[in-house]
Amino acid sequence: MSAQRRWMLIGVPYSWLLLFFLIPFVIVMGISLSDPAIAIPPYAPVLDVQQGLAGIWQYFSQLDFENFQMVLEDEVYFTSYLNSLKMSFVTTLLCLLLGYPIAYAIASAPGSWKPNLIMAINLTFWCSFLIRIYAWIVLLSNQGVINQILLALGVIDTPIRILNTDFATYLGLVYAYLPLMIFPIYATLEKLDNSVYEASRDLGCSHIGSFVRVTLPLSRPGILAGCFLVFVPVTGEYIVPSLLGNSSTPVIGRVLWNEFFSNGDWPLAASISVLLMLVLVVPIVLYQFFQNRNAES
Amino acid sequence: MNRNLTWFGITALTFGLAFMYLPILVLVIYSFNDSEMVTLWSHPSLRWYQALFNNGTYWGPAWTTLRIALVSSVLATILGIMISLVVTRMRKFRGRSLFIGMTIAPLVLPEVITGLALLLLFIAMGVERGFLTVIIAHTTFSMCFVSVIVTARMAEFDIATEEAARDLGCGPVMAFFHATLPAILPAVISAFLLAFALSLDNLVVTTFTTGPGITTLPMRVFSEIRTGVKPEINALSTLLIVLVTAVAVTSSLMTKRAAKRQQQLLAATA
Repeated sequence: MSAQRRWMLIGVPYSWLLLFFLIPFVIVMGISLSDPAIAIPPYAPVLDVQQGLAGIWQYFSQLDFENFQMVLEDEVYFTSYLNSLKMSFVTTLLCLLLGYPIAYAIASAPGSWKPNLIMAINLTFWCSFLIRIYAWIVLLSNQGVINQILLALGVIDTPIRILNTDFATYLGLVYAYLPLMIFPIYATLEKLDNSVYEASRDLGCSHIGSFVRVTLPLSRPGILAGCFLVFVPVTGEYIVPSLLGNSSTPVIGRVLWNEFFSNGDWPLAASISVLLMLVLVVPIVLYQFFQNRNAES
Repeated sequence: MNRNLTWFGITALTFGLAFMYLPILVLVIYSFNDSEMVTLWSHPSLRWYQALFNNGTYWGPAWTTLRIALVSSVLATILGIMISLVVTRMRKFRGRSLFIGMTIAPLVLPEVITGLALLLLFIAMGVERGFLTVIIAHTTFSMCFVSVIVTARMAEFDIATEEAARDLGCGPVMAFFHATLPAILPAVISAFLLAFALSLDNLVVTTFTTGPGITTLPMRVFSEIRTGVKPEINALSTLLIVLVTAVAVTSSLMTKRAAKRQQQLLAATA
């Protein structure tokens, strides 16, 4: 390939990602250090490159960490970070507990079933996220299907509140993110060499013993990938908590959204977003570390 | 892995599939419910479908959403294939790890973060927000999903086929279009469809990057369902579910047929 073509092939997607992915984050960081202002755009200072070095100096001298101080000191924000992390952690765990047996069952199903089973899981993932969450409103609301059934059966006298609770949030999150846990685990299990499992059975391990000592450790890459794919996006989830959740359990996705759209405090929204990214660096680095170790062994 | 399906496995599958499909099924059934009270069953009718078609406020957003999805998924497919080519063919260049990182991060980063970041970029650049900015935003995350699917297929692709085409006198671009592209086409099609579906469905990034006058279908639906159940939305959901199912099943059948044909071709040449 000629050098020119080579640089074009790298250059086009590279510049797209730099411009529309990396640079935006640099701007977010800049604005997170600014102050809110009654102006357009609603923050100050604004970098004025035309004034040359003096303009740049003036810009940097006006930046401070006030917003971060506010986010870290105000209890509301701290609680929402904790709530979000808890939400992510519990959802990931539930997805793993539910998803692993399903992935395992698909991997051990007869060959002719597999494509159809994968298709069945895939299909739910393709269906609109919003619609799948809406389906739970139909089921869980006070006049919802579940309350109607329970009333008809005489189990309850008055509708019980299921919608707008933490329980509903978890239900919706597990429902929405379960396919993301199933796919990578299935992919790892599918590639496993059965002879290792059989060898451990021949050596006297029970079914469960072989599973715990052989299959489970060997499927770790899939488990890690699944947990990563669920944990990171759920931490900033906005749609599920705002449609199904309890408004007295603030989560960071909703707080950021409200600061931005309702309060119009852009610098504060930017610093909430920077802190969320910092929190997410931990699982990302952990994942990279485990993946590299897996690749080495 | 080739073990037998145990009773535990069958239970897990049945429970899992029931959990995933029952809510959707209930939604579809209730879309044919005549009752004004959304969840009280009266008798089956197409009343809410009629109401949906007569309600003009859904048509504009639906058309906008389709146009955005079409343009952004075409762009995302082209850029995604380029990413895959770089990832699989160019093992060494400066800034490769940054490049790989930037193609993976949008897959997992919460949408509120990427949406906010893009909006602040557009404002800093002084771009008027609307149709174009939403397309750019959708393309940016969709292209990364495309590259995941296409890279997986390209890793299996035998580079010798492309080299053979080069030996037979093809230029690198010709060789790509005549040898590589046909081989990875099933993956490209499913990647394109996924990009299309992702764009069709996106709410958070769209809300951040859109401007006055541009409302998409998910934005319209979200503002309706925030206040509870709406029978018209049941009908709309059912139509969308049928559409997506049809597209997904067709694409999977096409992929299967293409794979089969390729195998036959390989068997014939061997």
